[in-house]
Amino acid sequence: MTDIAASSAAKAGNLTADSTLRRNWAKLKRNKAAMVGGVLIIIYLLSALLAPVMFSGNPAAPNLMNSLEPPSFKDPLGTDELGRSILGRIIYGSRVSLIIAVGVVFVGLICGIPLGLVSGYYGGKVDFIIQRATDAMLAFPGFLLALALVAVLGVGIKNTVISIGISMIPLYIRLVRGCVLSIREEVYVEAARAVGTRDVQILLRHILPNVMVPITVQTSLSMGTAILFAAGLGFLGIGVQPPTPEWGAMLGSARSYLFHAPHVATFPGIAIFLAVLSFNLLGDGLRDALDPRFKI
Amino acid sequence: MTTRTNPLLKISNLHIRFHTLDGVVQAVDGIDFEVYAGETLGLVGESGCGKSVTALSILQLLRCPPAEIQGQIFFEGQNLLELGREGIRKIRGNDISMIFQEPMTSLNPVLRIGEQIAEAGRLHKNMNRQQAWRWAVEMLRMVQIPGPGSRSRQYPHKFSGGMRQRAMIAMALSCNPRLILADEPTTALDVTIQAQIMTLMQRLKQEFKSAIVLITHDLGVIAEMASRVVVMYAGKVVEEAPVKALFKDPRHPYTQGLLGSIPVIGRKEQTGRQLQEIAGMVPSPSNMPVGCRFHPRCRYAMDKCHQEEPPMTRLAGHRRVSCWLESK
Repeated sequence: MTDIAASSAAKAGNLTADSTLRRNWAKLKRNKAAMVGGVLIIIYLLSALLAPVMFSGNPAAPNLMNSLEPPSFKDPLGTDELGRSILGRIIYGSRVSLIIAVGVVFVGLICGIPLGLVSGYYGGKVDFIIQRATDAMLAFPGFLLALALVAVLGVGIKNTVISIGISMIPLYIRLVRGCVLSIREEVYVEAARAVGTRDVQILLRHILPNVMVPITVQTSLSMGTAILFAAGLGFLGIGVQPPTPEWGAMLGSARSYLFHAPHVATFPGIAIFLAVLSFNLLGDGLRDALDPRFKI
Repeated sequence: MTTRTNPLLKISNLHIRFHTLDGVVQAVDGIDFEVYAGETLGLVGESGCGKSVTALSILQLLRCPPAEIQGQIFFEGQNLLELGREGIRKIRGNDISMIFQEPMTSLNPVLRIGEQIAEAGRLHKNMNRQQAWRWAVEMLRMVQIPGPGSRSRQYPHKFSGGMRQRAMIAMALSCNPRLILADEPTTALDVTIQAQIMTLMQRLKQEFKSAIVLITHDLGVIAEMASRVVVMYAGKVVEEAPVKALFKDPRHPYTQGLLGSIPVIGRKEQTGRQLQEIAGMVPSPSNMPVGCRFHPRCRYAMDKCHQEEPPMTRLAGHRRVSCWLESK
């Protein structure tokens, strides 16, 4: 008897958490564009994870006998100037691009969230200093800032992640600060202070979970931007270095053969385009699904 | 009440100012009152007269700046305004707790009810997570929430207004505080729920032996709950009296006006009007009238009222009033 009561109670407790999730999922599922974005992201993820299964052979090994071949059965998307399979390089390139995207967002979140929380919650001098620094960083176009940082730090995957990540930090600071400014005035924050909760706990337990929705949306959108920035740096030859397959670098080296062998530039371009598009579509869909103001 | 021992809370000469872009706003201007252990003190006044700000200043929940607090707030002989951040934090929720007006917004939507109630136990009673959670369920049972075990695992949106206010009361009582500041605890609730909440608060007050400062503009609630009443107008105390004496014989014209604005069935036959309103508006805190602050709205206003502020006059039966009519 007590067992039944306990288990039904547990079920009721789980239901509340589940039902919100399920409702949001239902809303997201109804958004066709977001679902297309989601499916594309899954495809990219799978090709990143299963790259060696999907493409046997070394995507970095040149085969000059075979250079600039148009699409064929052997190489479905053709080969580049060094005779490497473009399909293979795109598949392996998705690894690099996704790692960069995740890394960049990680850097942005790790630095942006705490600074935004502190800036918004405490206000005053702390806020002033953080905000003026943010202003200074936002005064540069994001890509230019990343470019300048690469010039300081040097090339390679790690430095690409760090420099694009840093250029993303002010966006997160602004976003989090703005949310905190409104949430800190909520009665439940005052109520938490009234029972003697410490500031750290108020920030982490009471305020941060309420900021998670805009952060989630921003994260998805900035993954797209990060891929674009990384491709941009690769294109200019100061991002990920050859022979590592990277979409932007592939585009950059294909530039010379644009008229002679257009497929060499086209396919990596499409890969970049679809990746950025899918993250943006998913981000927009998430915003619509998670924002309580859009009740469908 | 009759035995005047040391007060639990003693506020003396409390001034609260807000520095805004439009200049300095004097929200509370030199008020003083006392709260004794175990009693319920009603703090009455119109919106904007400084009642809530006074309560917030006791727990130092006002942001300073823009707020500026002067005066003394003694809690068991200790001046709360001289305590540091950590000192006041240990008092919040443990010795003094607060119930807020809006039960719909005073619970965090992303935390389970039990977690929010357990918080105080973990902070002040050194309980671990499990103990605090069990204690929270016990508190929910205490405030008569059916099925407290499963309810504690739910989020606030599953609770109705009355149940949320019960949860808030559970939160406020969870560390057995000696003083509860209840800021319009029933204003946002349905009338039937109001009665339930008030009965609950009365019962718990006796069980926990806490004193309550009940802030409200609803004199019906005051008549039901309070033993003593402090009437505030425009940042000042205008009258203080035991509840029965106040309702029987209000001395200050403002208190008379407040009591006249309660609907009484049958009054129309006697006086020709169902409700007696107080003419005029509450003065803006940034533009206070000279002399008695109530004189522009007062029926009995004399020349003296326009020029000089009336002093506080002590009357028999633990009463005091600030009006020239009483201090001739």
